[in-house]
Amino acid sequence: MQRHCKYGAGATAMTASGSVLAEKYIPTLESDKIFDPAAGWDRLWAIVLTDITVMGVAFALATFYLVWKYRRRPGHEGGGVGPLTAGAAIAWTVIPTFIFLADDFYIAANGWQLWNAQRTVPADRLEIRLESGMYSWDYTYPNGVRTQNELKVPAGKPVLLRMTSRDTIHSHYLPDFRVKEDSMPGRITYMWFYPKKPGEHLVTCTEYCGVMHSYMAGKVIVLSPADYNAWYEQEGAKVKSAGTPASPSAGGAKPTENKQKSA
Amino acid sequence: MSVIKEWVFTTDHKRVGVLYLIGSIAAFVVAGIMALLMRAELSAVGPTLTANPTTYNVWLYAHGAIMILGFQIPALTGFAANFAVPLMIGAKDVAFPRLNAFSVWLFYMGVILALLTFVIPDPPDVLWTGYPPYSTITTGNTALYTFTVLLIGFASIIAGVNFLTTIAYMRAPGMGWNKLNFFIWSILGSFVMQLIYVPVLGTAVLLISFDKYLGTHFFDPTMGGDVLTYQNLFWFYSHPAVYVIFLPFVGIILEVIATFAKNRIFNYKAAVYGGVWGIVIISGEVWIHHLYVSGMPDWLRIGQMVTTLMISVPVGLITISMVGTLYKGSITFETPMLYALGTVVLFLIGGLTGIPLAVTSLTVNLSETYYVVGHFHYVMAVAGTLAIFCGVYYWFPKMTGRMYNELWGKIGFWITFVGANVIFWNMMSVGVRTGLPRRYYDFASFPEAAQDQYIMSMGAVVIAFGFAITLINWIVGAARGPKAGDNPWESKSLEWTTVSPPPHGNWPTPPKVSEDWSPYAYEKR
Repeated sequence: MQRHCKYGAGATAMTASGSVLAEKYIPTLESDKIFDPAAGWDRLWAIVLTDITVMGVAFALATFYLVWKYRRRPGHEGGGVGPLTAGAAIAWTVIPTFIFLADDFYIAANGWQLWNAQRTVPADRLEIRLESGMYSWDYTYPNGVRTQNELKVPAGKPVLLRMTSRDTIHSHYLPDFRVKEDSMPGRITYMWFYPKKPGEHLVTCTEYCGVMHSYMAGKVIVLSPADYNAWYEQEGAKVKSAGTPASPSAGGAKPTENKQKSA
Repeated sequence: MSVIKEWVFTTDHKRVGVLYLIGSIAAFVVAGIMALLMRAELSAVGPTLTANPTTYNVWLYAHGAIMILGFQIPALTGFAANFAVPLMIGAKDVAFPRLNAFSVWLFYMGVILALLTFVIPDPPDVLWTGYPPYSTITTGNTALYTFTVLLIGFASIIAGVNFLTTIAYMRAPGMGWNKLNFFIWSILGSFVMQLIYVPVLGTAVLLISFDKYLGTHFFDPTMGGDVLTYQNLFWFYSHPAVYVIFLPFVGIILEVIATFAKNRIFNYKAAVYGGVWGIVIISGEVWIHHLYVSGMPDWLRIGQMVTTLMISVPVGLITISMVGTLYKGSITFETPMLYALGTVVLFLIGGLTGIPLAVTSLTVNLSETYYVVGHFHYVMAVAGTLAIFCGVYYWFPKMTGRMYNELWGKIGFWITFVGANVIFWNMMSVGVRTGLPRRYYDFASFPEAAQDQYIMSMGAVVIAFGFAITLINWIVGAARGPKAGDNPWESKSLEWTTVSPPPHGNWPTPPKVSEDWSPYAYEKR
């Protein structure tokens, strides 16, 4: 049980309560050390999709069967069924209620489990600040390097974004990593994702933020750790020699620090 | 001239109902044209119909705000409630007929205000949600949004008071609570929610205009305000608003299924006390699911994930009643029944695809994508609209005394039904596959969605044909249809016991109901 604690008390509680997915969601220490929220999302989506498909098909088949069977036709004089007996009425209320509740709690338990993983950021991480504005994503790295609309990260390391906004509300969405979170003026929010392989991924805005909302796109560029380090050192040196931010400076108000729980 | 005067100064609930219907259908046509313009814009990557994103954003605002505030809520709680409730409970009119007339004209003022969007130089571009800070810094006219909401909201509150009083005090002698039509319960639940939640919405939108025009700082973080306050207030009303639409529409569907299956409503008490009141009770504790990615505390997201999922219990009970009413029925398939069964299918798809959206850990990917748009159009927009059409067809003979054309009614239904599925099934599918975000004027960063977008735009053309056929069928039927008779559907419900169309006062002598009366008494003696 000990290894489960990494993902928070909630995960442990859900495991103890017998969620069937517990073993799939919680990686073992020997293999993959860091849980990938994107893969977890795909798995939970498959489960919930199967669940709702089964329910939908069951209801639809029942409806079509009854509609066909009891259509009015010569030789079939239906209609005028009397009310249910008290026993039948109670059974038809209580049993479906328990079935629906059981399904709800099954989905909720699995959802909670994934949620704990999605919101618990691994300790070994790269932390980057993000300030969004109409219509750009401005990233600040720990050594002061700034980039705009280009988030360069090393493969194999979880990335934590601490986000705020200098004007309207934006939402930083990474479709390939199955995660988004709003960035707002006056508040600091966070999200994390786990880039595993070098490559390019889309960043796009999913909160209506103004006229050019649909053009507020950028890129996550995942580099190999060596390439990333070279780039990071080089840009860091530039910042140091200039004494000022290297790339486009993000104007506007400072992010207002508040007591938002830190991850 | 005197005819116009009669309608303008009418206090007759049936005429008020018809006025609500005409106003809301006019709003529907305008908002539908907005949808067609947007689908044309989105039929290909890049600017197609307009080169100005603001124009698109104004269409988007007008489509959402007018469809919800000008069409669905007034058509259901205005038209359907006004026309059917007094007739179903055996009352001469509503409790406060003049207040009722005041409410319909307030609604018309609201619709006219909404339509001013297309003539003023700086129309609102704040979506129907009006989130600050954008709504307080835009050059668009946010006040128009605020006052549209306030006028229509005020009309709704007045109607709520009126109908709760009517249902409580004006039922025919002998009509106990457990004998009411299910539709009456659904209207009751709907207006209880309106009375509780509309004032919150009114407050929220008024505070936006205060912030924008009077220099207050309710939502301005640099002066101690908070942007999320608005979202909480807004969705505290606007999620229940979904059930304000949902309840009357399932009410209509259940009435129609009972009539055309010639059956009582299966497990009536479960549908009323578990279904309607279950929804009313849970409706106020789920709004956080609209803020799942808005930096809400993690524990709150988990708590409201559970309450949101629990909505499946009352909705499930109502669905079982819908399907169960068919059992051992004597089912015929006139146009209203086709619409009712079509709505059941659409609302099954829409309701079930809402379950992933209740799960906060899935929503981090799905929210604000086309998946969400597809889902709520299935469950609310299309299912709700088809249910409204179902109600119009169902009460058409009572309203006009004439019959619509059955063949064209069915053709209109099938075209609409197919078109709706082409659009919204693809919408959900493309949302999951690509993550295409909603509210995009141009989807240049998602070129892989181009084919789906094109198919959806074709679906919009199909659905427009279906609606046009339906509207023409109504107009022709009302003007020249054959005489319908008092009870063409052979229903046992009270509204079919008077003549068609019913005179002012509804019955020469107010009806009384006996001990064993029921609106669903189809048992053969």
